Amino acid sequence: MSAVVTAPRGGRTAASSSRSTLTGTGRLVRFMLRRDRLRLVIWTAVVVAVYAASFAPDGEYEVLRDDAEAREKRALVLSAPVMTMLAGPGYGLDDYTMGAAVANELILWLVLTLAVMSILQVVRHTRSEEESSRAELVRAGVVGRHAPPVAAMIVVTIWNVVIAAASWAVFVGMGLPARDSFAMVAGLALAALVYAAVALVAAQAMESGGGAIGVAFAVLGGTYFVRTLGDLQERHGGALSWFSPIAWVQQTRAFVDLRWWPLAWCAVAAVVLLVVAGMLASRRDFGAGLVAVRPGRAGARPFLRGPVALAWVRQRAGMLWTAFGLGVFWLATGTILEQVPEMGEALAENPLYARMMAGTEAEQIRAFAGMIGLFAATGAAAYAIVMGTQVKADEETGRAELVLARPVGRVRWLAANTLVTLLGAVFVLAVGILAMAWGAELTGLEAVGPGDFARLGVAYLPAVAVYAGLAVAVHGWAPRATGVVWAVFGWSLAVGILADVLGLPDQARALSPFWWVSDVLTEGAEWGHVAGLAGVAAVLLVLGLAGFRRRDVPSV
Amino acid sequence: MTTPVSGVPAIEITGLSKSFGTVRALDGLDLTVMPGEVAGFLGPNGAGKSTTIRVLLGLLRADAGTARMFGRDVWHDAVALHRRIAYVPGDVSLWPNLTGGECIDYLTRLRGSGDRKALRARRAELLERFELDPRKKARTYSKGNRQKVALVAAFLSDAELYILDEPTSGLDPLMESVFTAHVREVKEAGRSVLLSSHILSEVEKVCDTVTIIRNGAAVEHGTLDELRHLTRSSVTAVVGADPARVSALGSLESVNGLRTTTSDGTTQVTFHADNARIGEVLRALPGLDVHGITVTPPSLEELFMRHYGDVIEADEAAAENAGQAGSR
Repeated sequence: MSAVVTAPRGGRTAASSSRSTLTGTGRLVRFMLRRDRLRLVIWTAVVVAVYAASFAPDGEYEVLRDDAEAREKRALVLSAPVMTMLAGPGYGLDDYTMGAAVANELILWLVLTLAVMSILQVVRHTRSEEESSRAELVRAGVVGRHAPPVAAMIVVTIWNVVIAAASWAVFVGMGLPARDSFAMVAGLALAALVYAAVALVAAQAMESGGGAIGVAFAVLGGTYFVRTLGDLQERHGGALSWFSPIAWVQQTRAFVDLRWWPLAWCAVAAVVLLVVAGMLASRRDFGAGLVAVRPGRAGARPFLRGPVALAWVRQRAGMLWTAFGLGVFWLATGTILEQVPEMGEALAENPLYARMMAGTEAEQIRAFAGMIGLFAATGAAAYAIVMGTQVKADEETGRAELVLARPVGRVRWLAANTLVTLLGAVFVLAVGILAMAWGAELTGLEAVGPGDFARLGVAYLPAVAVYAGLAVAVHGWAPRATGVVWAVFGWSLAVGILADVLGLPDQARALSPFWWVSDVLTEGAEWGHVAGLAGVAAVLLVLGLAGFRRRDVPSV
Repeated sequence: MTTPVSGVPAIEITGLSKSFGTVRALDGLDLTVMPGEVAGFLGPNGAGKSTTIRVLLGLLRADAGTARMFGRDVWHDAVALHRRIAYVPGDVSLWPNLTGGECIDYLTRLRGSGDRKALRARRAELLERFELDPRKKARTYSKGNRQKVALVAAFLSDAELYILDEPTSGLDPLMESVFTAHVREVKEAGRSVLLSSHILSEVEKVCDTVTIIRNGAAVEHGTLDELRHLTRSSVTAVVGADPARVSALGSLESVNGLRTTTSDGTTQVTFHADNARIGEVLRALPGLDVHGITVTPPSLEELFMRHYGDVIEADEAAAENAGQAGSR
């Protein structure tokens, strides 16, 4: 590459040639920020909302401020090994102040959130752009070889700084010490940047955007497990913990006994990863990766011979990962059911849980398990919606046309996708409920037995099917309105969590399919309603198939 | 399989109309493809070619008119009809996680496979001729390669009618000629083809009949010869006669756009002559001391441009106006 051409003012050839690979970085940064302005707002709002929910008046952290008894109880709950999996290494448990609780319990989740955001963001602007031919258009302009990745890193840094600044304002506004707050939000941003750098390396190595995201997520998952194992080994973190950026933030002991040096590890790791990414980027060709895509099968397996088989091939990976991810989560939840009454006293003042925490210990546990069952069903419903609306993309891209131009009827095609989606949702729900039952079994819980869990799963199944039916019905009649399905889902989530807090009337609650099931473990399920929901699901399904039979494909 | 020679048209469309909102995509289209016929379907983007094809596939429902294949309704008998046809879209999208080979097998099996062994041999042959690597994931294929996957899947099926919607977009010239060869094979086997395209040379090479569509209606239909007969050939002659006598040619009714250039004592004359009255021209020429003459029948491009000439003129006028506005 000629330095003279790309850097007209470059008198010193060496210096200008290294700069020329960065030509255009500033313009790219502006362009990316413009493209992502809405995303930035949404992600910032999500993080701020997490804080707002945590710090609400009478919220779980606010009560710790003046109530020594509440602090002790919460510390007791958090010292359980299972809680180590879901929180931090437990600094400050002997004097569990509001700040200590925030740091111990929130850092893990915030690092995970920010890391996911940063990984998606980096890959979106690097490998995914390269994979589509958009980056080719950009690189054909006056843009240096390293400008796109550098611009992507600058943008993701700006994002994290903005979010950190907003977070810091919230912390200080809550009356938390400014210095410790700064250490925590800066640590979160630095850890997020480590994962951004991981994503950048992955983007050099893998040939597809999906592959790069997969590798970066695997690293994120790995560092989570390393941190968890280390923290379980030893109170306040063992040797293993120190291999994880999550731990580096937690080990600052913010709000307890602040130390800054663990954050240096974040900086060192980020710099090393960026250097590696730079070296890889300089060596490889545009569009190429280090890990060549392996050639696949030259021919299809014998079983791939119909729409059901194809739907299965396409959905199975998503199904297994969802079931595994949610399963681990519900397993962990199952193991803490036993401790609900202990938490209960602290939670009783929280209007979210107040109704649940009346009654005997066994009743409290049953009420809590019922709520978790509802959440497991909600997860399965989300899965059903995601998979059930995939047919929309098939239509938009023309894949549906390719199949429907063969002797495959429309009803057969849509019904095949829906059938596999439904079975997948059943699987996700069953695994979730079984995992929770297993967790409860491990801790010897007696208040909720295997029969209860089974009843829970069966009672919620038709409600989950209603979502699959709704997805098909909307797709059959108004494929552009899939947002409606998510709106109903969002509403039932709100009803599930906030109905009592907001004092919603029953008419409003009735819009949530889950509401009809009632409290399965305390009052007993309304089996008549459950059967009714199954009927509704069937009607929606038939309606959707009928609508799909008569409309244009793709509908314009 | 017997060669279909019955009188029932492979495709018979009459008065077909289809609107999307306020946009009228098809406006009383007529189109017939007889058994064993390779029909070219010409028109620029947006003329309604793909809409017509989607109606034929039973994907879109027509607002008015009838569309039949092999005498059966394309909407009600879609599935049964699809056993007899093969389709290649212009913009092929595949399942990203399947390999090209898996996509081909899946699509083939949807039709129900016949003789497995013959099919496997044919598959290998097609893959080789189209130079397609079936082991690559569909997501990594270029546009041309995705197109090849659809073409292999289509030619692998023993269809009576091939519906090809701009099938060569994205193919290189070598592959285009492989494609042309396959269309000829299909034609020799007595099958019908509807080839939608805007690559006129391709249509000229393989098609028996041509339908030109504009704004959702057929503006021209017939065999290439018929179409040519109705139009003008361009004539270029070098003559020794006096330019003044030559320009007298212009008074003939069949002569249009006469132009003469004189150099070194000879005159080159070019004009367009109505094919139907070419005799008039031939009778006038001997008196002009003709040294050489070429008569070129109109190319498909000229036929096509006759129907779209106004669009081009309007474009040019607009460009000119824009240019003037810019210079002001």
